[in-house]
Amino acid sequence: MLESKREMPVYLDNNATTAVRPEVLAAMTPYFLDGYGNASSIHWFGQQAKAAIDDARREVSALIGAEPSEIVFLSGGTEADNLAIAGIVESQKPKGRHIVTSRIEHPAVLNTCKHLEKQGFDVTFLPVDADGLLTADAVQRAIRSDTILISIMHANNEIGTIQPVDEIGRVARDAGVCFHSDGVQAAGKIPVDVRALGVDLYSLSSHKIHGPKGVGALFVGKGTPLTPLVRGGGHERNRRAGTENVAGIVGFGCAARLAREDLADAMLRTGELRDRMEARLQAEIPDLRINARNAPRLPNTSNIMVDYAEGEGMVISLDLKGIAVSTGSACSSGSMEPSHVLTAIGKTPGEGFGSLRISLSVLTTDDEVDRLVETLPGIVERLRQLSPHYRK
Amino acid sequence: MTYSDKLLDYFENPRCVGELEDADATAEVHNPVCGDTLKLWVRVADGKVADARFKAQGCPAAIATSSFATEMLIGQDLDSARRITREQIADALGGLPASKIHCSVLASDAIRAALDGLR
Ligand SMILES: Cc1ncc(COP(=O)(O)O)c(C=O)c1O
Ligand code: FES
Repeated sequence: MLESKREMPVYLDNNATTAVRPEVLAAMTPYFLDGYGNASSIHWFGQQAKAAIDDARREVSALIGAEPSEIVFLSGGTEADNLAIAGIVESQKPKGRHIVTSRIEHPAVLNTCKHLEKQGFDVTFLPVDADGLLTADAVQRAIRSDTILISIMHANNEIGTIQPVDEIGRVARDAGVCFHSDGVQAAGKIPVDVRALGVDLYSLSSHKIHGPKGVGALFVGKGTPLTPLVRGGGHERNRRAGTENVAGIVGFGCAARLAREDLADAMLRTGELRDRMEARLQAEIPDLRINARNAPRLPNTSNIMVDYAEGEGMVISLDLKGIAVSTGSACSSGSMEPSHVLTAIGKTPGEGFGSLRISLSVLTTDDEVDRLVETLPGIVERLRQLSPHYRK
Repeated sequence: MTYSDKLLDYFENPRCVGELEDADATAEVHNPVCGDTLKLWVRVADGKVADARFKAQGCPAAIATSSFATEMLIGQDLDSARRITREQIADALGGLPASKIHCSVLASDAIRAALDGLR
């Protein structure tokens, strides 16, 4: 059972997940209660479900400039990343054993690549600069004659850096290598056109754009040689078996439509809110640093670092006041590793442990940001006063 | 991860924070894994811990266990003070998640290091 929510909670952890928008829930409900058929069935119930999935496929493809037939629905961003990488490697392994990716990928990509390494594949984990950026040049230099896949994320979930995916796409095309990009944090937050980007595969997740959890999609460009991971019936044109999560897919489709319609406004609004928030926090908190500030960055994402205060402490203190954010210090998620992303941009573990990620959405209100700005400086000051190293 | 209300209270309202100018012993211990630090000041009189203060930089579990241990220390004779274990501290605060056990080691280590420094 859900504990009752505290009064007026402030939710600023939208890169972790987002609230389902009421329109999305309303669109989903009929497919639990009335149109609950199996989309493979030929009766009315099945045909309702099938039509709804087709609609959703059009909405999701429109969000990224793809054809509906290029969208494969599956269980989320993690599965999309797994299918893209394992599916290409499986089909291309007669041609080579080398994969190019980066050090700041989501664990869904990183751990899939590390698993392949153990199977005897060669993986190049490209470094990034101090703002988390990678160059197409570096990708080009990493390509070998036996390279079968390039997987570089579009936008980073922790610091928001946006990679030059279009330039990398040109490099990949010139080299004739399949190119996958994890677009889970990008689609719906910045304009995405898979043709302009030159990607062969692109991962999407519904719950990052106000859709339900447990549903996502992989864009598979026409002619891309992908071996399925999940075998069974002929669902999703033989690319992903299993009875479709109809209501989830409908919700994803609705969320994708709303994200596309709201995109320009949302970028402007979250970007302005974020920038004002950062300026005010910097004015209130001495020695506050903003990560990835000099790179193209997602407009909704802010990753800040303070010294002499620890991230989990800041998260818990904020939570006790009803404000939800997250920290890069993996301490708080049960392991003692500092964030691999902050490490990759050159931060020491100590610096990484003092980081906070604040991520906004279209639903974020001015009042929520105000509450954070009013609350955080006092928390940082209290924790700093407790530190034996802090002198002021 | 869930912390007990008591632990959260010691994190939000830590007791015995500060430094002791007339300390008979101090110790500073670091956690090599996460870099968290605890510094402890102890004053001794008549074979007992007369007063103690701490400062810590670290996670909520580190701050709460440090505060609780410092408070616990005051008034104890030196022998029983030396016998304070991290389990005692953690249990008194409602237990710690497995990944957070190392945080309470700071407190027990600092106590022993400080008392050993008394010669
Ligand atoms: C960049 C990125 N890729 C993949 C995922 C995984 O998506 P999902 O939660 O839908 O499995 C996430 C979200 O956690 C993400 O931020
Ligand atoms: S995480 Fe380092 S002391 Fe708790």
